[in-house]
Amino acid sequence: MKARIGQKTNWPVVILLILGLSTIIFPLYMAIVIAFKQPSEMTNSISGILSLPSSWSLSNFAEAMEVTDFWHSLGNSIMITVVTVVLSILIHSLMGYAIGRNRAHSKFYKFVYLFIVSGMFVPFAILMMPLAKQTAELGLANWAGVIILYVVFYMPMNVLLYSGYLVNIPIALEEAAEVDGATTWGTYWKIIFPIMKPMHATVAIITALAVWNDVMTPLIIMAGTGQNTLPLAQLNFQTQFGTNYNLAFASYLLALIPILIFYVICQKQILNGVVNGAVK
Amino acid sequence: MKSNKKRTYLLITIPILALFVCFNTIPLIRGIVYSFTNFKGFGTYDWVGFRNYMDLFTDSRIGGSYLFTFKLAIVATILTNVISLILALGLNSKIRAKSFFRAAYFLPNVLGALVVGYIFQYLFTYILPALGEMVGSPTLSQSLLSNENLAWFAIVIVCCWQNIAMNTIIYISGLQTVPEDVYEAGDLDGATGWKRFRHLTFPLIIPFFTINMVLCVKNFLMVFDQIMAMTQGGPAQSTESISFLIYNNGMKGGAFGYQSANAVIFFIVIVAISAAQMSISSRKEEQL
Repeated sequence: MKARIGQKTNWPVVILLILGLSTIIFPLYMAIVIAFKQPSEMTNSISGILSLPSSWSLSNFAEAMEVTDFWHSLGNSIMITVVTVVLSILIHSLMGYAIGRNRAHSKFYKFVYLFIVSGMFVPFAILMMPLAKQTAELGLANWAGVIILYVVFYMPMNVLLYSGYLVNIPIALEEAAEVDGATTWGTYWKIIFPIMKPMHATVAIITALAVWNDVMTPLIIMAGTGQNTLPLAQLNFQTQFGTNYNLAFASYLLALIPILIFYVICQKQILNGVVNGAVK
Repeated sequence: MKSNKKRTYLLITIPILALFVCFNTIPLIRGIVYSFTNFKGFGTYDWVGFRNYMDLFTDSRIGGSYLFTFKLAIVATILTNVISLILALGLNSKIRAKSFFRAAYFLPNVLGALVVGYIFQYLFTYILPALGEMVGSPTLSQSLLSNENLAWFAIVIVCCWQNIAMNTIIYISGLQTVPEDVYEAGDLDGATGWKRFRHLTFPLIIPFFTINMVLCVKNFLMVFDQIMAMTQGGPAQSTESISFLIYNNGMKGGAFGYQSANAVIFFIVIVAISAAQMSISSRKEEQL
């Protein structure tokens, strides 16, 4: 019985899945062919838009890089994402640890836990106007402010994940280390922090994806500093040069390439991380 | 020893909590305070009591944005969940190149919503009308995005395109928790096809259904990037989501105090919906 279920490939489903993939591939295909074409090659018929370009010239990409200050925006995006992820892993895991180890017997920590986790329900819409004012007042209307805000925004989710994960780590490990004379602080970094590695991966992936693609926070905090993240550069590009579609699509593709490379390399970890984060 | 330990925990907690209060709680309180003023975002302001809130309820633009946002959230949540459940069943069946298909179908989720919005904007403005002309449909031969009655559905399509990826992966991990012998027992009782799904599979993956509902509703109610990329709220304000309206009028349009009141109402709505969803789903899970 089991053998029967295990062996046969369900070909109709495979064919349907291949057909379904076209809905994902088609928009991307369209973006690629348009990005390689010259405006003169674009006719109004579908075949004119969707046919392959007459030559695979990279000139649109070179121009788009210049117009959107690509390398600069890419650098900003990478820096903001990396620093946010590192800080999130360090700060959120510590907070998760303090809460996870004390929540059961301390009213104070139980309150702190609920207080922070309920931050998940605060929509960005209500925070954005006061935050724009507040970061300006504090001199944080720049990338540093954006990073601080990300660390705060993703704290509810990540603290929930870390403190949940900690339940599975036996407290006896720490007690044994403390009998040997280690401090709580030392025990944490030597024993608990390394054990939480699977959770660090999950937190890193979901935080990185969210930060990398976020438009709103940099839009509100960094607008007017002359600095761009990749998505913000697309937004500014659109308002300035929106009519040259070939250039625009080259620029869109440039913005998508880094995350695509990251996805191809780490797809397994990304899928696992995203599922872990959502299901926990 | 023991007090030492307590001190370490407190030394960890207090600074982090302070950071959280500074950039989450205080702005929230300031937002609520501004909602009782006629603040423009700069200069001086006066207290206006509840006037902003009174005005909100008679403002048809605000009403329109709530109507659009909820219409989008409901339709997109249903479509996303139906399609991703079917897709997950397909991806979880006996097929070749399983991991390739899974990775490919997840792709839309890692792409930035803004850029995806731009790509679809082009698709709806140029490709779809050309197709519409070929099949001779007058409705389709003009851009969906310039049609006051249909632009919202274009936004639904883009939202679904991205969120189906996420929901499918979650449903797949749900389907993997269903043990094979449940199906074998079902086979013996003659449960196949739809019957098997309805009475065996679905009840077992209800927790994953709940996660997806919560994720979807929350994402769709806060929709912003897609609107920014595709319609900027148009045509005729027919696709103005709540977040977009707050940003556009509050940040750029000078109605800081008034839109703060809108944001407070939006906050209350989100909390109420989340609380309702959680109590319903916890009751459902208990029944099992």
